[in-house]
Amino acid sequence: MTEPDPAVQDPHPAAAALRLGAFTFQSRLFLGTGKYPDYPTMAKALEISGTECVTVAVRRIPADETPGARFLDYIDRDRYTLLPNTAGCFDAEAAIRTARLAREMLETDLLKLEVLGDKRTLLPDPVDTLRATEILVAEGFTVLVYTSDDVVQARRLQEAGATSVMPAGSPIGSGQGILNPQNIGMIIEELTVPVIVDAGVGTASDVAFTMELGAAGVLLNTAVASAREPLRMARAMRDACSAGRDAFFAGRIPRRRFASASSPEEGVVGVGA
Amino acid sequence: MSGLDDSDAPADTAPRRDAGQAAATIRVNGRPHPWLPGLTVAVLLAELDPAAGPVAVECNRRVVRRAEHAATALEPGDEIELVRLVGGG
Repeated sequence: MTEPDPAVQDPHPAAAALRLGAFTFQSRLFLGTGKYPDYPTMAKALEISGTECVTVAVRRIPADETPGARFLDYIDRDRYTLLPNTAGCFDAEAAIRTARLAREMLETDLLKLEVLGDKRTLLPDPVDTLRATEILVAEGFTVLVYTSDDVVQARRLQEAGATSVMPAGSPIGSGQGILNPQNIGMIIEELTVPVIVDAGVGTASDVAFTMELGAAGVLLNTAVASAREPLRMARAMRDACSAGRDAFFAGRIPRRRFASASSPEEGVVGVGA
Repeated sequence: MSGLDDSDAPADTAPRRDAGQAAATIRVNGRPHPWLPGLTVAVLLAELDPAAGPVAVECNRRVVRRAEHAATALEPGDEIELVRLVGGG
């Protein structure tokens, strides 16, 4: 959180909460819960990041699962809203079945819809993503939908009733950052629903940059979970998110080709009369 | 969770043994599981006893709501999906 400074206090839009359907979040950082070295590290990273909403996946219970430390024991459900995803689904039917199972488990309509095209790129299948969005919106889900940085597809998903559109900065887990800021920027300007950039974040500057583009939030997982020091990276992401949000509202100065002196040009020692 | 043995029993294809004692099965998460008369979703869950926090059950691609577990009878050949939450992005 930023320091208590009147310039960034409540009435300012930079400090406004993010509303997603019936849910309200002060933090605009969304964290995944996969790939951490261990559950205690995950729990601490979530806490340090300041996130209020974390993603979880739905999977079959393995026949040989031994009773032991349970994943959910490490997630404080009073503190975090769980956002179930349909990760790993490669067609609309699988994603819809997974969504319904998640709703049965969590008694929540909140859903991160992901319908992937292939395992190598993990890029979204646009046709099945749109189809699944239409069906799940009709079933009352609050759909946050993962998509590519295609501006027209993003608009179609909004028209289909998505609560948030979540374009990928770059492929999932690739750490390549925001490969097409032009498109991400256009999606943010074109859409009226919150745009949360999901996937591709490699380090804190990617989060700051995304927020400076005007994104409503950022969702990331691997960049923290697989960092050399996940806890330090969690703090960096928290700070980058609020820094980028502030910078977006504060307004970047225009870029110019030549220099503009910051110190007065008059009165320099030994110059002129 | 245990009791998912008998995976080689050709129960689905070969009726054999005594009358009334065919080794009928359902499938749980893609694996064969013995079926006995009176099997319901609730009974199946008690048998498997998944120690995984909240779970959800699908029977033949339809979610079985928690309130319906006890009343939902299973038939041989039913396809059950049994899921829980794991870490993920």
